[in-house]
Amino acid sequence: MEHLDQLVQQAAADFAAAADSAQLEQAKARYLGKSGSLTERLKSLGKLDPDARREAGAAINAAKTAIEAALEARRNALREAALLAQLAAEALDVTLPGRGAVLGGLHPVSRTLERIEQLFGSIGFIVADGPEIETDWHNFTALNTPEKHPARSMHDTFYLEGQDEVLLRTHTSPVQIRAMQAHVERYKDCGTLPELRVIAPGRVFRVDSDATHSPMFHQAEGLWVGENVSFADLKGVIADFLRKLFETDDLQVRFRPSFFPFTEPSAEIDVAFMSGALEGRWLEIAGCGMVHPNVLRFGGIDPERYTGFAFGMGPDRLTMLRYGVNDLRLFFEGDLRFLSQFR
Amino acid sequence: MQFSEQWLRTFVDPQLDSDALGHLLTMAGLEVEEAEPAAPAFSGVVVASIVEAEKHPNADKLKLCKVDAGGGELLQIVCGAPNAAAGMKVPCARVGAVLPGGFAIKAAKLRGVESFGMLCSARELGLSEDHGGLYALPEDAPVGCDIRDYLGLDDTLFTIKLTPNRADCLSLEGVAREVAAITGSALRKTEVAPVAPSHDGRRAIVLDAPEACPRYCGRILRGVDAKAPTPDWMVTRLARSGIRAISALVDVTNYVMLELGQPLHAFDNTKLQGAIHVRYPREGEQVLLLNEQTVMPAADTLLIADEARALALAGIMGGEDSGITLDTSEVFLESAFFAPDAIAGRARAYGFGSDASHRFERGVDFELPRRALERATQLIIDICGGEAGPVEEALAADKLPARQPVRLRTARARRVLGIDLDDAAIQSLLERVHLDVRRDGEDFVVTPPSWRFDIEIEVDLVEELARLHGYDNIPAVAPQGGLMMLPSTEHARPVWAARHLLAARGYQEVVNFAFVEEAWERDFCANEDPIRLANPIASQLSVMRSSLIAGLVDTMATNRKRQTERVRVFEVARVFERKADGEPVAGFHQPMRIAGLAAGSVLPEQWGERSRTVDFYDVKADVEALIAPRSLNFVRLSHPALHPGRAASVSLDGRVIGIIGELHPVWVQRYDLGTAPVVFELELDAVLGARMPAYSEISRMPAVVRDLALVLGTDVTAERVIDALRQAAPAVVREITLFDVYQGKGIEPDRKSLAFRVSMQDTQRTLEDAEVDAVMAGLVKQAETVLGARLRGAGG
Repeated sequence: MEHLDQLVQQAAADFAAAADSAQLEQAKARYLGKSGSLTERLKSLGKLDPDARREAGAAINAAKTAIEAALEARRNALREAALLAQLAAEALDVTLPGRGAVLGGLHPVSRTLERIEQLFGSIGFIVADGPEIETDWHNFTALNTPEKHPARSMHDTFYLEGQDEVLLRTHTSPVQIRAMQAHVERYKDCGTLPELRVIAPGRVFRVDSDATHSPMFHQAEGLWVGENVSFADLKGVIADFLRKLFETDDLQVRFRPSFFPFTEPSAEIDVAFMSGALEGRWLEIAGCGMVHPNVLRFGGIDPERYTGFAFGMGPDRLTMLRYGVNDLRLFFEGDLRFLSQFR
Repeated sequence: MQFSEQWLRTFVDPQLDSDALGHLLTMAGLEVEEAEPAAPAFSGVVVASIVEAEKHPNADKLKLCKVDAGGGELLQIVCGAPNAAAGMKVPCARVGAVLPGGFAIKAAKLRGVESFGMLCSARELGLSEDHGGLYALPEDAPVGCDIRDYLGLDDTLFTIKLTPNRADCLSLEGVAREVAAITGSALRKTEVAPVAPSHDGRRAIVLDAPEACPRYCGRILRGVDAKAPTPDWMVTRLARSGIRAISALVDVTNYVMLELGQPLHAFDNTKLQGAIHVRYPREGEQVLLLNEQTVMPAADTLLIADEARALALAGIMGGEDSGITLDTSEVFLESAFFAPDAIAGRARAYGFGSDASHRFERGVDFELPRRALERATQLIIDICGGEAGPVEEALAADKLPARQPVRLRTARARRVLGIDLDDAAIQSLLERVHLDVRRDGEDFVVTPPSWRFDIEIEVDLVEELARLHGYDNIPAVAPQGGLMMLPSTEHARPVWAARHLLAARGYQEVVNFAFVEEAWERDFCANEDPIRLANPIASQLSVMRSSLIAGLVDTMATNRKRQTERVRVFEVARVFERKADGEPVAGFHQPMRIAGLAAGSVLPEQWGERSRTVDFYDVKADVEALIAPRSLNFVRLSHPALHPGRAASVSLDGRVIGIIGELHPVWVQRYDLGTAPVVFELELDAVLGARMPAYSEISRMPAVVRDLALVLGTDVTAERVIDALRQAAPAVVREITLFDVYQGKGIEPDRKSLAFRVSMQDTQRTLEDAEVDAVMAGLVKQAETVLGARLRGAGG
């Protein structure tokens, strides 16, 4: 009969040799099963005298414990190996593309308009709106541009068939009049008119179509009326806006004398970047000025007591400068290869 | 307006180079649009005289010239120009010269004969397109003189864009006056001495409409030679102002207009009968204009007439019959002031404009006519000879534009500009532009000169101050105001929320034109009477759209042509309809809409997903997401744009707010779309509405869920079923959700199965089985009686 130590060693070696749990269970049966060698030893204890039985029994139990420990260790090792094998089998190609829907996007000019609204909103401008089929009165007369005024020839206006008094608005400036009138109406019972600050983005129309002109394009009108609004304030607001819009202090802003019937003094605003593809070139991006007293009057506001500034900028142009787009017409052609670049 | 820098510098010559001068003009409000060199760069070209021109010994078409280029000895130059002849003065590029484009002149052998230079045509020097032969210079051109100096080619052509208020700068003298005011340099005005009459021929002038024409000067010139050549200096100055020389008389009138700003007109005096009248038209009168257009002048168009007929549109354009020709020897020269209001807009109404109308409608100096007439007289006599008669001037002095004094409150100026200009500075600035400035207490009282039509009210002076002080010198300050928060509401969402939501669901925003093809309105909106533009830019952009859908369909077609088959686009824009009591513009309803289009596969092509074409229900989910958490009702709809079986109206709170549906197959075919898109269009206001969330108690009791599969007729809508079930459902029924729709095996062909999950819960107690069974039985009974349904699996 083998020595118990040898048996334990043998068992451990057999367990280690078992490649899977079935083989391990077979090996276990050889030692701990009904007719396993250790079980046989235990059965043979009955033939011994009590003292010898106790001694041999203790030895056998110790061996059994050792074998069981070896078995458990091997079970754990096999389980772990099986898990590792399973995990390895479950491995994914993590480089395959993700599934599902893709994002659409806003129109590039919308991106700019949203930022314009946000930036002016941050200093208290609310968004105002006006009709695109507009009255001649709002588009011209109330903006100090009477019929036959030479300034009318600056705007090639779309008219509607059979209609004398309406047109497609040539600029967003008529919103100035509507905003002033609404403001005056809202605060008619106040002694002092609260400050009026509005930004009015929208579509405008002129009879013009070539590489740099579209018969429909965008404008964003701004208006600030209060008791002490000055040209210096106008310069401050516009310069601040442009630096924030383009996210750089690396640009120059120039105000150049100009003429609009509805502002005086009037200015064109030019911007020049100090680096990049457009470095050093003056680019016209907006018109502005102090609201003409006649316009304030048409809006129902006393020009002696209140002053204001207004500006009208070209969001299409700003968008082209911001993203380096070189052809205005791309904005209105609906080519998804172009538009999807602005997601 | 275009002009030559050299010419300008004869009036005012500040110590500034061309760039600085251009910048100064721009910052004075005279925007320089272009500044171009008068001639391209070249060097080494001099005035030369051809001393001998013989036939080349070895070539028929070449000549062998001996040329005096001022270098002491004669140069031998081979030349191919047909007009090369002895005695001619021509430009000669000597050996070492570099012509435009970098073409270097070297000594060369041409057909065996040596040639030391090149005789040039105007085109070879980049001066014109003329390549007919050598550029023939005047006989008195100094031999050896650099051609750039001789022709004054180192000149810059400025093009300035003048705003309508600055008509006073529509002349060299006007621009010079401005430059002098800003730089402080001396202004040298053209000296004009009256030309003494040498005959006494007169033509009477009658001002029939003195408000419109309060001053008219005229004079007869006899014995002029209309065929006399215009001197080169004048031709050059005109050319550099963009005006082609025509004939001496015409050129002089143009020249004086450019120089002084006064439009002039020359009549052939022999074609006039009796007195000149400045009057409004008579019934049925016609004028044949110089541009060969015959017009029937409107009642408010001022005419120049004689006693027999209408001659010209005053201040706009002369007449063909009374104009000068090369045979004219007797001229009646007109120099008048027409009031801006009498001219404004008239030329535009006839569909043309002229240099004269451009100036008169903006305002010409009313003290200028006599001076300009004397200037033109002198030039004509100098060039064409002849004799001047006395100046006849008709004047209605009380009808000349008033130059009212304008009061300037200096504190107001400071407040509007936001700068601290002291009174002395204000006075000095205003006086620099020849304004008459007087003190009156705290204020200034300022009277503008006759050439300024833009100073009528105080703010006109404020603007003048800002301009002269320099916009650059006004600081940019951060404005101060009372801090008030902007409103923020939960009862509406900004339009950006809707845009971002659609973008997140895969839609790309587009911007389409508001004017469309008339056919689109007919096809997609059954609109036979759209709002038409009176002056569309093109026929396919001629009517205002009443729906955004056609534009999106066009976007799809465009992208399909560019091989993009999967299209998801949306637009947020106004549409236009007629409406008598429309707001805010009567006659029109112009609401904002939000519209979308989806076509092609639901998902972009990808691995692991079976490709499926987008359908009604995919887009319906997008529409529902736009409105969520509010819920919508959909009712089958007949719409000209849409598939009759696959279209619905969209209602919110009982009001129709839009449509959704698959495009009608007819349009799919006609617009070559390949596959039918699903489109929607909703009122933006309704989409942007929102409601405040409201809390309701969450039950702690367990929920019971039971399924209910009903077999119904195929024409019974899901909405009807849910409505019917809800009607019969007691309060414990929290939710009834459709989770399956089935048609096919096991169900009769004219029936379908809808399966619902019914969720029940009480806030206070656990529901008992019997109760739940009773609820379900009630629902089944309702379905049976109201909808003709049976329980699926029951009764076959």
